[in-house]
Amino acid sequence: MIQNNLPVLMIVLPMITAPLCVLVGSRRAAYVMSLVASIATFAMAISMLVTVTQSGPIHYDIGGWKPPYGIEYVVDALSGFVMMFVSGIAAITLIYAPPSVEKEIPQSKHYLFYATFMLCLTGLLGMCATGDLFNVFVFLEISSLSSYALISLGKSRRAPLAALQYLILGSVGATFILIGIGLLYQMTGTLNMADIASRINTVNGPRTLLVAFAFLTIGLFVKMAVFPLHTWLPNAYTYAPSVVTIFVAATATKVSVYAFIRLVYGIITPEFAFGMLPLDSALRVLSLVGIFAASLAAIFQDDVKRLLAYSSVAQLGYMLLGVSMVNETGLTAGIVHMFNHALIKGGLFMVVGCFALRLGSVQLSDWKGAARTMPWTSFAWAVGGLGLIGVPVTAGFISKWLLLTSVFESGRWPVAVMMLISSLLAVIYVWRVVETLYFAEPSALVLKAKEAPLRMLIPTYCLVGATIVFGVWTTYSAGLALNAAVALMGAATP
Amino acid sequence: MSLEFSGHPFYGLYNYWIVVFLMMTGFYIVIARGNLIKKVLGLNIFQTSVFLLYITMGKIHGATAPIIPPRLVAEHGLAAEATDHVVQQTETIEAIVYSNPLPSVLMLTAIVVGVATTATALALIVRIREDYGTIEEDEILELDRAS
Repeated sequence: MIQNNLPVLMIVLPMITAPLCVLVGSRRAAYVMSLVASIATFAMAISMLVTVTQSGPIHYDIGGWKPPYGIEYVVDALSGFVMMFVSGIAAITLIYAPPSVEKEIPQSKHYLFYATFMLCLTGLLGMCATGDLFNVFVFLEISSLSSYALISLGKSRRAPLAALQYLILGSVGATFILIGIGLLYQMTGTLNMADIASRINTVNGPRTLLVAFAFLTIGLFVKMAVFPLHTWLPNAYTYAPSVVTIFVAATATKVSVYAFIRLVYGIITPEFAFGMLPLDSALRVLSLVGIFAASLAAIFQDDVKRLLAYSSVAQLGYMLLGVSMVNETGLTAGIVHMFNHALIKGGLFMVVGCFALRLGSVQLSDWKGAARTMPWTSFAWAVGGLGLIGVPVTAGFISKWLLLTSVFESGRWPVAVMMLISSLLAVIYVWRVVETLYFAEPSALVLKAKEAPLRMLIPTYCLVGATIVFGVWTTYSAGLALNAAVALMGAATP
Repeated sequence: MSLEFSGHPFYGLYNYWIVVFLMMTGFYIVIARGNLIKKVLGLNIFQTSVFLLYITMGKIHGATAPIIPPRLVAEHGLAAEATDHVVQQTETIEAIVYSNPLPSVLMLTAIVVGVATTATALALIVRIREDYGTIEEDEILELDRAS
């Protein structure tokens, strides 16, 4: 019974928890409820992923209405994988959250914070689960609106402004997506993704298809923060509360990448997007320019959160670079980097949260010599940083190795050279922080600081440790990503 | 009036021209205006134009609302025993052209989303006004640089 209804249960559960948190109104109860809900969701995601790997995609008709009349939820290798790490990051972020939330968010707003957090999780999971295009828009807006609210909770007075800037750009992006969906509906008369794919004529189709695809792509690019459209991201990540930054940075942009992959491989077909349109070379140029511009910007930041935010824009470039290679290895690299980057960036932002708790600052100049008083937190940065660079035996290496393989498979060695150079830029910005932590004279503030509490350190080490585990043992990261890529490629070329 | 326009390559699509005009107006306001409230207004116009786009695509010329006329239902019920009558009735029912209700229903959802976006934006602007004492973007940025 429960097993059959998992696809919808794991979205309904956080959705119901959100209003319950508000109704109960006590911050402790709200925390416990959302923690339980997110852990249960994670368990459900894992159980579904197991089912999917063993017996193929799950199709679930909401309310028993058969598609294309009703809304269908589809969990396949790709969406199951993305849902697994999104719910996993949510659960571990909530375990980490209390001390940081206590310090950074006014007590009266705690229960609202947890409620909004649950809504954001609902939206992100919904975007992955649904097989209905309009549903994607609705869930996208649920997750976006809640993330605007979460970001505006930041202590600094710049937080609401950052949230508003994100809101304006994000709404324009979402409206573009809505226009694209409308045009696809106009051509096919259906909103079910599989149904659209079977009815659409990509070879001699009307011009409308091109326009619809353009609107959808640009809309999703805004949400993904692809290089020229990334301007909302650094401010939003910098001024949001640490816990929000951990969750949003690790999941939100990846889910948009997922939606883009689904759009290209599930609906429009790669022949149209990459064969008839030069989207693959456009993506390659955008992601390479993005990787370099954002990595360079990251080097010159003094605010560590902003440094990591720019690094996120750069890392997103690697994911799209993988997709743009249009081969199985490239797609695998893109998908597995979504997962690996979620672990790495989640872990690094957790480290920043620990420092923010003990030192009250995320400015690099205030972290001088902090390795003496907070050795464990500092060491976590060093390990996570190695992952970010892509040093062997870390998860970052696996994605970069796959990416390099796919680049060589397609014979584009200049891209490979640029990838290696860009990794050196990552070395610089990670090293700057390591140097400050370990080799600078500590200030009085740092000498008084204590090590971060265990309940924050343990989740941090779970994520940072996971980057090492998945750097050695790739069955459940690259293996699952390969499954997803094979399924996508197989579906796209029948 | 609209009957004469319906087949015209330019005027026949006048709804779409209005959509594009509204869309660009809204988009321009979002980009060009520094006042945060005006930006939100522009965003609203932009979103509303999309509602119009969807509703336009659901409308079929000369079609009625997607409700089976009560008269036909009543007759259909009475004639249910005689099979030839049923065939005849089904033909009459199928002869009616209905507009597509789905786009309008989708737009109800989109309107709710739009209201939520506007509410969130206005709430954020209230907080910005409390903290900075202004809602002009350039003045806010100047205050940020000064601090």
